[in-house]
Amino acid sequence: MRRFSWFNATALTLGFVFLYLPMVILVIYSFNASKLVTVWAGFSTRWYGELMRNEAFLDAALVTLKVGIVSSTLATVLGTMGAYVMIRAGRFTGRTLFSGMIYAPLVMPEVITGLSLLLLFIGIGLDRGIVTIILAHTTFSMCYVSVVVSSRLVSFDRSLEEAALDLGASPFEAFRLVTLPIIAPAVISGWLLAFTLSLDDLVIASFTAGPSSTTLPIKIFSAVRLGVSPEINALSTIMISIVTVGVIGASLVSKRAAVKRQEEERAAVRT
Amino acid sequence: MRRLILIAVPYLWLLAFFLVPFLIVLKIALSDYNLSIPPYTPQLDLSAGWQGIKDFYDALDFENFTFLTSDDLYWKAYLSSLKIAVISTFMTLLVGYPIAYGMAQAPDEWRPTLMMLVILPFWTSFLIRVYSWMGILSNEGLLNKFLLWTGVIDQPLIILSTNTAVYIGIVYTYLPFMILPIYAALEKLDGSLLEAAEDLGCSRLSAFWLVTFPLSRSGMVAGCFLVFIPALGEFVIPSLLGGSSTLMIGKVLWEEFFSNRDWPVASAVAVVLLLILVIPIVLFQRNQERQQEAER
Repeated sequence: MRRFSWFNATALTLGFVFLYLPMVILVIYSFNASKLVTVWAGFSTRWYGELMRNEAFLDAALVTLKVGIVSSTLATVLGTMGAYVMIRAGRFTGRTLFSGMIYAPLVMPEVITGLSLLLLFIGIGLDRGIVTIILAHTTFSMCYVSVVVSSRLVSFDRSLEEAALDLGASPFEAFRLVTLPIIAPAVISGWLLAFTLSLDDLVIASFTAGPSSTTLPIKIFSAVRLGVSPEINALSTIMISIVTVGVIGASLVSKRAAVKRQEEERAAVRT
Repeated sequence: MRRLILIAVPYLWLLAFFLVPFLIVLKIALSDYNLSIPPYTPQLDLSAGWQGIKDFYDALDFENFTFLTSDDLYWKAYLSSLKIAVISTFMTLLVGYPIAYGMAQAPDEWRPTLMMLVILPFWTSFLIRVYSWMGILSNEGLLNKFLLWTGVIDQPLIILSTNTAVYIGIVYTYLPFMILPIYAALEKLDGSLLEAAEDLGCSRLSAFWLVTFPLSRSGMVAGCFLVFIPALGEFVIPSLLGGSSTLMIGKVLWEEFFSNRDWPVASAVAVVLLLILVIPIVLFQRNQERQQEAER
């Protein structure tokens, strides 16, 4: 018998109010007609219109998307390779250093990662711009991908791969036909994680971006440093909605996939 | 051969973009400040071969590190970052534990939804979540308006641009990192242990203190480290919610680099910050390993 007392109910209610109220307020105030962000002056979509006409924001959004897509794809490939090396490659010289380098960026303060990459780029004479942001984002997000994918690889029955090899598949075919479909959910969530991290990142992008390649977080940061702005509220609302739809959609899809898999397994047992 | 390529590609990438940059930071931290581009005098000249390394060793004076100890600003910033990180971690634990406990006690069919509600903010932009508090905490902000309206206060409270706002910001943004490990620990808890405690005459409260609380320790420790480690080097929260009196080392490093353009000192600040972080990171790793062994 579970005890779900009033205490638990209060804790949950207050907790979720605390987590969500600030964002709800932000969304409500993005529809405020007044420029004064604390005075409610009626419903309006004025700030969304202004946002759409603001070229600087649109350019920054485009740069952010480009960086996000390229860096998370690179990070997924490299991170999956990294996970494979950690779980499957067995012992090799420098393995400790390798796993250290996979885990260290996860706990490294962003200011240090940003500073060190900037000094590297200056040291080798690489001009700062979209390429340097991509390199920086790929590096830290590949480590997150590695962690996500390796947790899936650990729980994976290796004999399936061996069976494919015994039946004459080349190692690459075995990977493509057996391993990849099984670890695919982890690879996809790794990609999504890398993409979100890239869209979110302010500190590392500030260090590695050049004057011509401003990302959206850099733009938002310099705007809100001066105080609350209704345009940023509108922009935040758009971003919050995209994330909400994405997360709920992804969880519905994965739930349906889980139900389908269970049904298939049941059908397989019956036949 | 294939195996070699598989190992080499991620290995070389991390060497080039993680380890080498860090060695450069170390090298510049040991260089001298100079008004030039780049603004430091390299002391280590590898192209000069063995002689270069020898010269570097002879000129090694840790000047930037002694500078860090001589100027009040730096050690005060380290201490105040530690203080802010410790206090806000503790506050996050106080806020997060009841939520995690409530989630673990909730009916089974609610749990996926509750989980999603905790994870959703994590996917939302960190910057936006910090920013959302600026409009609430400012002098004419919603919190003050509400409190004035209820008559609790008759003067607006000054919260934005103080350390209080930084604490609120850290608790708010890192709360999911605290809830999830505690929830994971509480969820695994065997309910029959509690029943046994109550059968043996424990009150519900003492059963909680004697059984549930100690058994959720590993989750609490993991959660505290997950909040403390990033909070220590935090930059966005103190610069948006904190004021000029909020000293945090991440902000100092940023300003040293971008405003003062003193690369050697910024690098030295980074090296010392990392040395401070090594201790909690190693402890965290140990806690995780112990937990994994306990599960086996």
